[in-house]
Amino acid sequence: MSEELEKLFKDMAQSIIDGDSDLSVELAQKSIEMNVPPLDAITKGFVVGVNYIGDQFGAGEAFLPELVMAGEAMKAAVATLEPELLKLGEARETMGKVVLATVEGDIHEIGKTLVGTMLSASGFEVTDLGVDQPAEKIIGKALDWNADIIGLSALLTTTMVRQRELIEELDKENLRPRIKVMVGGAPITRDWATKIKADGTSEDAVGAVALAKQLVGKA
Amino acid sequence: MQPKLSLLDDALIARILEEAYQLMLDPGIKVQNAEARQLLAEAGAQVDEETHIVRIPEQITIRALETVPSEFYLYDYEGNPKVQYGGDAVQFDPGSSGISVLLPDTLEHKTAESEDLIRVIKVAEALPQYDAQSTAVVCHDVPKDLHDLYRLYLVLLFSKKPIVTGAFTNKTVHQMLDMLAILAGGHEASRLKPRAVFDVCPSPPLIWSNFGAGQLIALARAGIPAEIVSMPLAGAAAPVTLLGAVTQHAAECLSGITIHQLAHAGSPIVWGGAPAIFDMRKGGTPFGAIETAMIDSSYAQVGKSLGLPTHAYLGATDSKVLDTQAGLESGMGALVGALSGINMISGSGMLDSLLCQSPEKLVTDAEGIAMAKRMIAGMKVHTETLAIGFYEGVNFKGGDFLKQKITMKLFREEQHMPGKVIDRDSMRGWKESGSLDTFTRAKTRVREILASYRRPEMNPDHEAALRSYVLDLAHQAGLEHLPILEDLQPI
Repeated sequence: MSEELEKLFKDMAQSIIDGDSDLSVELAQKSIEMNVPPLDAITKGFVVGVNYIGDQFGAGEAFLPELVMAGEAMKAAVATLEPELLKLGEARETMGKVVLATVEGDIHEIGKTLVGTMLSASGFEVTDLGVDQPAEKIIGKALDWNADIIGLSALLTTTMVRQRELIEELDKENLRPRIKVMVGGAPITRDWATKIKADGTSEDAVGAVALAKQLVGKA
Repeated sequence: MQPKLSLLDDALIARILEEAYQLMLDPGIKVQNAEARQLLAEAGAQVDEETHIVRIPEQITIRALETVPSEFYLYDYEGNPKVQYGGDAVQFDPGSSGISVLLPDTLEHKTAESEDLIRVIKVAEALPQYDAQSTAVVCHDVPKDLHDLYRLYLVLLFSKKPIVTGAFTNKTVHQMLDMLAILAGGHEASRLKPRAVFDVCPSPPLIWSNFGAGQLIALARAGIPAEIVSMPLAGAAAPVTLLGAVTQHAAECLSGITIHQLAHAGSPIVWGGAPAIFDMRKGGTPFGAIETAMIDSSYAQVGKSLGLPTHAYLGATDSKVLDTQAGLESGMGALVGALSGINMISGSGMLDSLLCQSPEKLVTDAEGIAMAKRMIAGMKVHTETLAIGFYEGVNFKGGDFLKQKITMKLFREEQHMPGKVIDRDSMRGWKESGSLDTFTRAKTRVREILASYRRPEMNPDHEAALRSYVLDLAHQAGLEHLPILEDLQPI
């Protein structure tokens, strides 16, 4: 690898670590001008930064604002490279498709949005339906889009029961294990996840990425 | 003189309010309740029916502030005024967002059921430090449709104290108002001497949901006190700066008060909240953090500058067990709240960032509250000379003052006598009584309280009417009977 290319990849990783979307976009454009294969730019450059921040976060050395900004910088870089990927007929190898939503009657979204940012930064395709979403709409979207995973958030003790209802609905329609369900939210415990027969839960966004990879067999 | 904590000076309070009014114009407040939007539009606010964003001019809110009572009382079962909202009165109630309880012997956080809530009520009933009860935990042994009103039902049956409560839907709030009216002898009696205040929550940032605004309107029209619980989450759902969060809190409360007073001018409402900083490591809401307490103390000062009654969530911990962290966070929170002159301080008994309630923590927190209340009782001048008079005939011996009549007369006023949860024994004495730590002493105290509890006597007709009213609702929710409770004869 040329020194120039090596430096470019290093700068790309650093732009993600610094959460600098302007710079990550600029570097993505530069890589296009330099005829760097877009997949290389992603996997040898930007993803290195995302992984670094994820590890630092897991070790308690990085904090949520850094994680979120890194995710945003990653998204911006990938969006810049996507047209090139399409032109080349290459697709970035997607880890899988995830439909995210906060259950009906619940309008909390911070945790879910964080999970979405981290999942897309880690190579998943994510559709975030938003808050207060009825089960049929979430399931409908998952079917239309051929999703691998539904990620369901609930922050209220009064709404967490909706997670169970959605899982029961999927079971009734024989849609599992084709569609996996991961649940999350402040009141959600491992016991609860087991009790409602979810495929897993995680305490934080980094853990959610690890779980999602495991659920699609790419851990 | 009641000592006061002031984190803000007048100029800063003025800036907070000025920016809050600006926020209400731009970006405006998102009001997701059609009736509330209509009230605001009729008063002159600019309403966008597509985005539900309402721009509220300052004058409308200032008119609303003129009609809000600066003071009101909550009454006990017998109709005695017991909780003063307004001025610098400081009162405490148990925290009320719990879904689990701490089992003292296994330390498990168990999903709460009726018997758990009843234990919490009994303990809070016995402790004078709790001026009001709260509907402390959700009981998972009844269907979801009954969750809010069933909590109130148990408190009404097992307590005489005033109550801090809240509804979960725009329908059940009316049923809960009915329940209060049944015991009070009618809606008018309930309005004149309200037993309960209802928590009402805006959604950060700057949103009044259909449910939140619906509650404001229903409570204003019923004339039953509402308590705004605004929850700016500094760094996530609110600006990361503490002052930014206090300003967002002000905008959410001011817009809430405007809707409330437009629905019925003169109805009582409280400037309250449950803000927190956003924990940047775990993404949690640390209610034991000192910055959380700083936001509370500051917004209370803003509310007081407007002459409004105040509330805050303090005295809780993020710890999972009753340990040193629980003690220091809860004690500091209670003290900051008391020194801030906050009328109702909710949060005692809560572990795990307001998720888990614990009777053992309630009895321990009661000791911290007693200390905080002693602190704000302040330094008192009891005697003509501060000291000189005490020295007549002094023999320069230790113990001289113990023999003085005035010592016997005044020591109880000067010193708060802690309960048995606090250890001030000698080493030998402590060992002889079993070398017990705080948690073990708290467990003993809870057992004593539960053993001596008697359910309050009530007007049997009212009680029967209440029970059949709730049983009816239970039937509608598909329940054959309500959970069988040890202390209640079936009807």
